[in-house]
Amino acid sequence: MTNVNGRFGVHGGQYIPETLMNAVIELEEAYNHYKNDPEFNKELETLFNEYANRPSRLYYAEKMTKDLGGAKIYLKREDLNHTGAHKINNVLGQALLAKKMGKTRLIAETGAGQHGVATATAAALFGMECVVFMGEEDTKRQALNVYRMRLLGAEVIPVKSGTATLKDAVSEAMREWTSRISDTHYCLGSVMGPHPFPTIVRDFQAVISKEIKEQIMEKEGRLPDAVIACCGGGSNAIGTFYNFIEDKDVRLIGVEAAGRGIDTWETAATINTGKLGIFHGMKSYFCQDEYGQIAPVYSISAGLDYPGIGPEHAWLHDTGRGEYVAITDEEAVQAFEYLSKMEGIIPAIESAHAIAYARKLAPTLPKDQIIVVTVSGRGDKDCAAIARYRGEDITE
Amino acid sequence: MSNIINAFKNGKAFIPFITCGDPNIETTVKIVHALQDNGADLIELGIPFSDPTAEGPVIQEASLRALTAGTTTDKIFDMVVRLRFEGITVPMVFMTYANVVFSYGSERFISRCQEIGIDGLILPDIPFEEKEEFLDICTKYDVDLISLVAPTSSERIAMIAKEAKGFIYVVSSLGVTGTRSTITTDIGALTSAIRAVTDVPCAIGFGISGPEQAAKMAANSDGVIVGSAIVKIIAKYGEDAASYVGEFARSIKDAIN
Repeated sequence: MTNVNGRFGVHGGQYIPETLMNAVIELEEAYNHYKNDPEFNKELETLFNEYANRPSRLYYAEKMTKDLGGAKIYLKREDLNHTGAHKINNVLGQALLAKKMGKTRLIAETGAGQHGVATATAAALFGMECVVFMGEEDTKRQALNVYRMRLLGAEVIPVKSGTATLKDAVSEAMREWTSRISDTHYCLGSVMGPHPFPTIVRDFQAVISKEIKEQIMEKEGRLPDAVIACCGGGSNAIGTFYNFIEDKDVRLIGVEAAGRGIDTWETAATINTGKLGIFHGMKSYFCQDEYGQIAPVYSISAGLDYPGIGPEHAWLHDTGRGEYVAITDEEAVQAFEYLSKMEGIIPAIESAHAIAYARKLAPTLPKDQIIVVTVSGRGDKDCAAIARYRGEDITE
Repeated sequence: MSNIINAFKNGKAFIPFITCGDPNIETTVKIVHALQDNGADLIELGIPFSDPTAEGPVIQEASLRALTAGTTTDKIFDMVVRLRFEGITVPMVFMTYANVVFSYGSERFISRCQEIGIDGLILPDIPFEEKEEFLDICTKYDVDLISLVAPTSSERIAMIAKEAKGFIYVVSSLGVTGTRSTITTDIGALTSAIRAVTDVPCAIGFGISGPEQAAKMAANSDGVIVGSAIVKIIAKYGEDAASYVGEFARSIKDAIN
C-alpha cells in the first residue's frame, strides 16, 4: 500500500499546529512498536473476541436476495458487536495503545454517538477518564447515545460552534488536545485527521475485511464480486475494503450521504461534490466554497454528516480502485424500513445508505454474483428520528 | 529579504492581530490606521476561515462575524491595496489557514501577496514537515513563511529555527489563542534554544492580555503578538472600535519599551 510519510497519493499528511507535532510523532512511534508486538496483538484479539463479540457474523440475506432477484447478498453484521457498531474495533485498539503509552485520559469526537459510546466504553473498561465532544445539533438527534455515554462515566461536551455537528466536534477535540497533551490521547473515530490516524484506524478496522474473506471462502469457496459500505469519514468502508484492495476483481463500493441530493447544497457527499483541500490535519476532498470555506454539509445521518473523507478513500477514488456513489435521505430511510421488514434487522441509518445502494445494484447483477454489504451499526438509536421523519409524533 | 526586519528596528516590536472584515472591511481599514498611528510595528491581518482549529472562542467569533458580513479573500486583497495607497507603511502579514491559500491556488495567492505589499504568511496548520509546498512559492515571491515554535517543540526547535524567515512566532502556551491570566511556560528557555541557532527575531504570542503581561513577555523576546485582547475590544465597540484599539495599542507599545 502506498503510504510514505502518511501519504496516499497526494492525500494525507500532517497539517496540524506545531503544538501537536510531537504528540503525533510519539503516537506513530508507539504504534510502529506495538503493531508488531505479539503480546499487544494477543491482548487486542482477546478483547475483540471475548469483549466485543468478534468475529461478527457474515449472514446470508436469503429473503432480500430473493426479493431483489439478482446477486446473492451477504450482510457483515458489525451491528452485532458490543456497543452496536464497528466503532468498537478501532476504539479498543487505540485505547489499548494509549494505555501502553501511559495515557490516562481519552478524548473523542462523535457524530451519531456510536464512536463516543465506544470510547466511553473502552475508558470504563480500562479505568480511564473520558471526555466526548459532540455537536449540539447531534446531541438532540441522538439523545439516547448522550445518556449512554454519561452512564458509562464519560463527560459529554455539546459543541455549539459552526454547524454544531461532527466537523465542529472534531475541531473542538483537536483544540482540547492542543491544551492537554501529556496525559491525553485523542481517540479519533475515523480514517481521517493527521498521519498516523488514517493508518492506525484502518489497521484496527481491517479486521472486518479479514473476517469477510475467511467467512466467504468458507461459505462460498470464492471471493465476493463486490463489497459495499457506507462512507462518511470512511472507517467501516476502509475496514470492509482493505483486505480486498489487491484482489482486483472485487469491486469496492463506498456509499456517501447525498442528503437531499448531490445537486443541492444540503448534501454530505464529499467525493461526489467536493474538491481537493486541506482541513482537519489532512489533504483530501472536502465540500467547500470557492474561497476554501468548509461547507455546512447535511445528511439525515449524524454519522455521515461530515464535509471530508479519509485520505485513503480519496486515493482509491483517484486511482479508480474504489467506486463512490451517493444515496439520498429518502432512499436511506426506505432501506432502513426495508431491511427491518425483510430480514428483521434494523440497521443504523448510516448503514442503511449501503443497504439502499445494494437494493439498486443487486437486481442488475446475475444470480451467480456475490455482494457483501457491511451493516456498520444497529438502528435502535435512529428509531425516534426516523419516526419523526415519517411524521410520527414520538418522543424517546 | 522582506520588509519584516524593519519591524524589529524600533525597540521591542508590537505586533497586533485583527480579523479582516470584523465587523466589516471599512472598520478594519480604520483600525489598521489606528494601529499604525499608535506604535504597531507589524500588523497581522487574519483572513477568516470557517473552521479555525487553532483559535479560541474570541477569534472564532470574529471569523464568524467577518464571514457573515461577506468578507472574502479577494475583498481582503483589495483592502490591502487601499491601505498601502492610503499610507500604511508598516510591514503586514496574513494569518490564515492552509485551505484558504490552497483553494485559491497557492501560487495565485502568494504572488498576489507580493503585488499588494504583504510581507509574510502565517499558517498555523502548516508545521515544518508540510511547509515545502508553500515555502518554494513563498521564496519565489519574497513572502516570508513564518515558522511557529510551541512549548512542546523541544528537540524540534533547532530544526525549525534554522530555516526560519522573517520572524519566529513563539507560541507561549498550550492550547488555542485567547487571553490568559498567567503564562506558565518558561519563555526564556524557548528563546535561548532559538537564539542558539539563529538571529531571526522572536515574537511571543497566545494569551497576552494587557500591557503588564506584554512587558513581561517582551523581556525575553524581540516582540509581542496581541490578538484576542484586541479582537475583544472590536467585539465590544464594533464600527466605533478604532479609537479604543488605538488607545490599547499605545498602552502595549509603551509598556514593552
